[in-house]
Amino acid sequence: MSQKKEALFSKKNKKLITDPLDDNNPITVQVLGICSALAITVQLKPAVVMSFSVLFVLSVANVVVSLLRKFIPSRIRIIVFLVVIATLVILVDEVLKAYVFDVSKELSVFVGLIITNCIIMGRLEAFALGNTPWKSFLDGIGNSFGYAWILIAVAFFRELLGSGTLYGYPVLEKLGIYNFGYENNGMMILPPMALVTVGLIIWVQRIRNKKLIEPK
Amino acid sequence: MKVFRNLLDGIKPNFEKGGKLEKLYPAYDAFETFLFVPDHTTNEGTHIKDAIDLKRTMFMVIVALIPCVLFGMWNVGYQYSIASGESMTFIQQFNFGFWKFLPLIIVSYAVGLAVEFAFAVLRGHQVNEGYLVTGMLIPLTMPIDVPLWMLAISVIFAVVIGKEVFGGTGMNILNPALTARAFLFFAYPSWMSGDKVWVQNASVDGYSGATILGDLASSMNWQSLSGQWSISDMFFGTIPGSVGETSMVAIILGALILLFTGVGSWRIILSTFLGGYFMAYLFNLWGYNELMSTPAHIHLMIGSFAFGAVFMATDPVTASQTNKGKYIYGFLIGVFAILIRTFNPAYPEGMMLAILLMNIFAPLIDHYIVQANVNKRLKRATV
Repeated sequence: MSQKKEALFSKKNKKLITDPLDDNNPITVQVLGICSALAITVQLKPAVVMSFSVLFVLSVANVVVSLLRKFIPSRIRIIVFLVVIATLVILVDEVLKAYVFDVSKELSVFVGLIITNCIIMGRLEAFALGNTPWKSFLDGIGNSFGYAWILIAVAFFRELLGSGTLYGYPVLEKLGIYNFGYENNGMMILPPMALVTVGLIIWVQRIRNKKLIEPK
Repeated sequence: MKVFRNLLDGIKPNFEKGGKLEKLYPAYDAFETFLFVPDHTTNEGTHIKDAIDLKRTMFMVIVALIPCVLFGMWNVGYQYSIASGESMTFIQQFNFGFWKFLPLIIVSYAVGLAVEFAFAVLRGHQVNEGYLVTGMLIPLTMPIDVPLWMLAISVIFAVVIGKEVFGGTGMNILNPALTARAFLFFAYPSWMSGDKVWVQNASVDGYSGATILGDLASSMNWQSLSGQWSISDMFFGTIPGSVGETSMVAIILGALILLFTGVGSWRIILSTFLGGYFMAYLFNLWGYNELMSTPAHIHLMIGSFAFGAVFMATDPVTASQTNKGKYIYGFLIGVFAILIRTFNPAYPEGMMLAILLMNIFAPLIDHYIVQANVNKRLKRATV
């Protein structure tokens, strides 16, 4: 093993974090993890909590699987992934129940469903299984941030336009917009508008980032 | 006419390649071809010589809508005079409705065309003329009291999400006018349903401005309603409802124009009514709630059933293209409209949802019709 030691934040490693934010975003480019993007983006708070939960689960699971990668028999690797993820998800669930019970109730089944979030399974299979723990950790962080900023952007618009609040704070009421006859848009609360909002984000992203447009 | 021609020719150089306003050529082109039959021809392949292009097709639909527009305007004033107890002459009623309805049309066209022009200039293609009809259909499907800013938002939503993201006129999956209405219906339900929105100033004490469908959905008895509204009321359309949807007479006139000019498909209209009648008749036999026991022919006259069947379902872009497919498409619209109406009183506007649903299925229907034909002919082939 006479490999040259790589710097902790070499160019390649930095790309592991920045790529999933834009060029290879898990939601808008790979179109993974859409269910949760639709289900828990009605308000900002659950979206933020969800983002942190995924950040924790994905980065730790990536490291654990990367450490185990030489001992996992490839025929049963999915089961091993599931055990690792499930353990972490149960941890998150218990912590949420203990400290932010109301949000935990709101997220209800979706915390448990992190287990089936395709982003996590996808990263374990595609990255952690073939890379060192440190790289896997960075990849986990990068992908969860890529997931998180879409989630939070969608939740921002849905809460602002649908309920007129931001993180529970009645912004529009304080601004006095309702006096002009403005009304909250009930459609924004319904799941279809989450899909449309994600679609609009993809649209804007592809206008800005020409790399994403497939050659004809 | 000469004046327009000279004017257009005078400013044309500005818009052509290299001119000052080159970027705005799509806008210029839109006006020119709107006023005059375009003189360019296809360069290669076979082509049909015909003065009718998309713009003129659309114009026929506008002509067909005129009876609905005029009657709707009068009905707005008429309903108001009943609700408020004011005695008004025929002309006063029409005037009242005219000034109430005009802002809706202006906002619908101004906003919709602004979005269309913006997209045409940005993408550098011709302005899609599809909005000419959509812009008139949207206000006709609205309650008269709808706030103008809500109308504007729903128009933007319909044109951008319903049409432009798919590539503009001719590429859209959903009927844009119904997309606008569906958006409003789910976004601001208090303005789109209930019994206060259909008649101007309906908050007057002791007056119910509910539509017939609304009354039936709140399990009011059909017999008791027929005391309030006679069948001729429904046929002529002197009932509360969205502006354009109430009068069967105006809609039939429009339908005749569409059929006579060959713009609308008689297969779709006929099969939609058949489907609705069939489903309503089945429910008559069952008779579980008030909506089910309402006579089948009444079902076809109330709500937006007729308006939707004639003007919305026949939209050539979103309907099935094959002849057989048109029968299936129309029939299922009728069936689903009555089904949604009866089973979910929260959505009395089953017609809107039924047409949008079938818009999505139309390409699938066509696919199987075409495929069946291909298979049939393959069997005959003896190679």
